[in-house]
Amino acid sequence: MHLEEFAEGTTFVHAADPRVKLVVAVAFAIAVATSHSYPALVPALGLAAVLAAMARLNPRRLLARLAVVNVFVVLLWFFLPFTFPGSTVFQVGPLAATAEGIEASALITLRTNAIVLLTIALLGTTSIFNLVHALRHLRVPDKLVHTFFFCYRYIAVIHEEYTRLRHAMRVRCFRPRTNLHTYRSYAYLVGMLLIKSYERSVRIYQAMLCRGFRGEYPTFHHFHLHRRDVVSLATMAVLIGAIAWL
Amino acid sequence: MHISEGVLSAPVLAAGAALTTVGVAVGVRRMVSEQVPKVAVLASAFFVASLIHVPVGPSSVHLVLNGVTGLLLGWAAFPAILVGASLHALLFQFGGLTSLGVNTFTMACPALICHYAFGPLLRRGTRRAMQAAGFAAGAAAIALSGLLICLCLVLTGESFAEVAGLTLAAHLPVMVVEGLLTASCVTFLGRVKPELLGLGRRGAEGSGGAGPEGD
Repeated sequence: MHLEEFAEGTTFVHAADPRVKLVVAVAFAIAVATSHSYPALVPALGLAAVLAAMARLNPRRLLARLAVVNVFVVLLWFFLPFTFPGSTVFQVGPLAATAEGIEASALITLRTNAIVLLTIALLGTTSIFNLVHALRHLRVPDKLVHTFFFCYRYIAVIHEEYTRLRHAMRVRCFRPRTNLHTYRSYAYLVGMLLIKSYERSVRIYQAMLCRGFRGEYPTFHHFHLHRRDVVSLATMAVLIGAIAWL
Repeated sequence: MHISEGVLSAPVLAAGAALTTVGVAVGVRRMVSEQVPKVAVLASAFFVASLIHVPVGPSSVHLVLNGVTGLLLGWAAFPAILVGASLHALLFQFGGLTSLGVNTFTMACPALICHYAFGPLLRRGTRRAMQAAGFAAGAAAIALSGLLICLCLVLTGESFAEVAGLTLAAHLPVMVVEGLLTASCVTFLGRVKPELLGLGRRGAEGSGGAGPEGD
C-alpha cells in the first residue's frame, strides 16, 4: 500500500525544512480560506501552481487528485448560482442564475484548488514521519504526536491484515451484495480488524516497555534550518501577507 | 463525509477548530501514555476500515464507523478521529487543513454522544442489548454527523440550504448500513473480545491486565 505518492524527490521543495513547509502551508490555507477577492485568489492559485511545478509532481497523479476534490466543487456549481439572491444573468427554465451566485461559486473553486495544490506541493512532498517530527517542534502535545506517529506507522500493517482477511473471504466465495449477509460479513471483518489491532497494540506497548519507554520518544535525526529555508520562509511570509491583505 | 477546503466561512472554520481543540485536549489529557498505542493502532484500523466500500443497491458507500469509535474510545475518539482526518487530508486531499477542525468535530462529537448515550446499554452485555446499542450508535452517529455538516453549510450561507439538504439525504442510506453493521460488529466484539467494550474480565482496563493472545 503506497500512501505517500509525492514524497519521493530531490527538488528544492522536497528538500526544504518540514517545519517551514508546515507553517507556510497552514498560514497559506488560512489566508486563502478567509479571502474573498479575485486579486488575492488568482495570484494565490498561481503561487500554488508555481510551487507544484517546482516540486516536479507527476502531472497525471496530480490531476487525478485535483479531480477528486473538484467533484464537490462541480456539485456546488449546480446549486449555488441558482440559490444566491441577486441580479439575474441567465435563466434555465424557472431557475435564474445570479451574478452573485456565479461569483460565489468561482471564489470557492479558486480557494479550493489553490489550497489543495499548495498542500500537495508542500506537505505531499514531505514524508509523514518528517511531518510528525515537525509537529513535535511546533509544540504539539507529545501524546498526540505519538498517536499520530503510531497510527501512521501501523496503517500499512493493519492494511495487510485486512487484505489477508479479504482473501480468506474471497476463497470462501464471498460476493458483496445489498443484503444482511454482506453487512454482517463486513461487520465481522471490521470487528476482527479491531481485535487484531487491539492485541497488536498491547504487544507494541510491552515491547516498548522492554526497551525502556518512559513516555518520551527520542529523536536521532534532527532538522537543520539552512539559509535557503530562512529565505523561503521570509519570501512566503511576504506573499501570504499580501494575499491576506488584498 | 468531509467538507473540502475553501467552502465554509471563516467563523464556521474557526468555531470548528476551537471545538476540536477543546475535545482533543480533553481526550489527550484523559489518555494515559499506556493507552497511546491502543488508541493509535485502533485509529489505523478505523482508517483502513474507512477504505471499505459497501454496496448499497447500484452504488456503494464507504464506512465511517464513528459510532463504534465512540463506543470503544470515549473521549479518545477526538484525538483518534483528528489523526484519521489529518491523514485523509494529507494523503488523499479528502477534507483539508483549514476544514480539519470542522471535519473532526462533525465526526467526533457524535461519537462522544453515542459513547455516553448508548454505552450503558451496551455494557449490559446481553445479545439484545448489544444489538440495540450497536444499531442505535451506528445510525445516530451518522445522522448527527450529517446534521452537523448541514449546520456548517447553512451557517456559512443560507444559499447552501439546497446543497445541505442533498448532503443530508445522502446520509440516509449510510445511516441504515452503519446501524446494521455496527450492531453486528459490536455483538461480535462482545462475544470474542469483551474487554474491548469494557465488558467481562475485570481489571482488563487500566493496568494492562489483558495479555496478548493468539498469533
